[in-house]
Amino acid sequence: MRIALILIGAALALAAPFFVYPVLLMTILCFVIFAASFNLLLGYVGLLCFGQAMFLGLSAYIAGQILKTTGISIELAIMAAALVSAALGAFVGFVAVRRSGIQFAMITFAFAQFVYFLLLQSEFTGGEDGMQGIPRTHLFGIIDISDSRTFYYFVLAMTVLAIFVVYRVVHSPFGEILKAIRDNEPRVESLGFRPERFKILAMTISAGLAGFAGALKATVFGFATLTDVSWTVSGEVILMTLLGGLGTLTGPMVGAGIIILMNDELAQFGEWALIAQGIILILVILFLRRGVVGEAGALVRRMKARRAK
Amino acid sequence: MFDGITPQLLFGQLLIGVINGSFYAMLAMGLAIIFGLMHVVNFAHGAQYMLGAFVAWLLLNYLGVPYWGALVIAPVVVACFGLVMERLILKPIANLDHLYSLLVTYAATLVIEGLIRQQYGSTGLPYNSPLPGGVNLGFMFMPWYRLWVVVFSVVTCLATWLLIEHTKLGAYLRAANQSPEIVESFGINVPRMVTLTYAFGVGLAGLSGVLAAPIYQVSPSMGSTLMITIFAVVVIGGMGSILGAILTGYLLGIVEGLTKVFYPEGANLVIFFIMLLALIFRPSGLFSGGKN
Repeated sequence: MRIALILIGAALALAAPFFVYPVLLMTILCFVIFAASFNLLLGYVGLLCFGQAMFLGLSAYIAGQILKTTGISIELAIMAAALVSAALGAFVGFVAVRRSGIQFAMITFAFAQFVYFLLLQSEFTGGEDGMQGIPRTHLFGIIDISDSRTFYYFVLAMTVLAIFVVYRVVHSPFGEILKAIRDNEPRVESLGFRPERFKILAMTISAGLAGFAGALKATVFGFATLTDVSWTVSGEVILMTLLGGLGTLTGPMVGAGIIILMNDELAQFGEWALIAQGIILILVILFLRRGVVGEAGALVRRMKARRAK
Repeated sequence: MFDGITPQLLFGQLLIGVINGSFYAMLAMGLAIIFGLMHVVNFAHGAQYMLGAFVAWLLLNYLGVPYWGALVIAPVVVACFGLVMERLILKPIANLDHLYSLLVTYAATLVIEGLIRQQYGSTGLPYNSPLPGGVNLGFMFMPWYRLWVVVFSVVTCLATWLLIEHTKLGAYLRAANQSPEIVESFGINVPRMVTLTYAFGVGLAGLSGVLAAPIYQVSPSMGSTLMITIFAVVVIGGMGSILGAILTGYLLGIVEGLTKVFYPEGANLVIFFIMLLALIFRPSGLFSGGKN
């Protein structure tokens, strides 16, 4: 059953660019990685990072700057930007884990605004206008990926890689400790582990992945803007994750897909995209806290239990 | 480094700092009151502040109600709005992780701001000062309205603090925070008290919004830009402390104003740096008395 679903998903993902506008698909994929990075923190460690956009946006500018000023191949630029983002994540984690729960969220929120402001003031980012004309250099220095459909397969491969990383982290002994921290932090501490260290490390990995998504996004569009650092994007990723299903591997993917498609549909109606996001988030929190995937899973389990009787 | 700093500049920025600090203090106080009783971080506080300013603007432009009338009516309207919000979206999730209440009030902010922006556009709307003119103090010019804002906010903060720390009502509030069951056994309707406290905090935000209308322009995003600073103020002061929130609010406003005089480039970042230092060296907050 599960293998069949994965195969169907893979077939759809491979065939998709022949039916749907590739840039839209790539946007979804970038946000799939971004939502997965957020879910790693909130879903598996219980940390609400209310400023995840700072990693996405900073990394987009860094990758853009590297590609614009040097001639190095695209995958190295993306990796470098993700590393810078991970370093920022480690620093934010180091400061923010000093307060738990709700204050962690507030501190990361303030941090993200600080990064936003720095990027707004910096020369190289182009301020309000954003950074334009980010080139798509050859992959590994040899493969031409300027065609959107070809580039889609590169982004798809990167997404699969990123999701695999999340899967490995979550299903490792390290991931088990993260989940234990989420469920009962004092007990983890009493077993001789240092929860802060694990939280900082999780934050670093999450920021690296979010940065990876941001760098990819910059190469997809060829530009980076302040929108990627704004708190509405930090909120968007929360909505994606909760709507899809917190603490599930596939939930954030589904959520990212739904929200990006909805934004695309509502883009022409001005403020209504954000209003709709707000209303959906309220409804999800009130009535659908397990998310679409979580509820579907619960339904399947219930049906199985009934059949077993 | 003090060359070229005239008294006009120094005191002018100091006044702006105190004015900003007045708003930081009033908003942070409302946030601390709501958090203290409900453990809700009311992200919508900024949007509710903005609503206060908008209600005042609407009252003036559609019903001809002047500022002094709006100062009474708008907070009540915004408080009623808070009442509805508490019943509709906060009460159903009161027993869940507090992160959900932060997120649900965030979502409400998106809706409120979006609707206002859709209706009135995102540019600022002017609101004339009800107290034009001012007095020349020799070293600086003091507009009457700014003096009024400072005095009014100090009085409001003090009165609220006294109400909560030194009256029986305040004692019930603080007791309900510690153990709602026991307060309930005294025959006090704790859920209703929670609703009214939230409405009170929201009303304070609305009141700040009316005060702000003649100083800053009335715009949909006036609240959310302020929220970032307010979060930092609350984190620095320590979450639960009302007096801490008030003092930190004024202090940071003044520090920000002075930074504008001596190091203008750093003025937008100074509060953030203070937050960083406070987190590293006083992780439990300046006024929290050591408990996290």
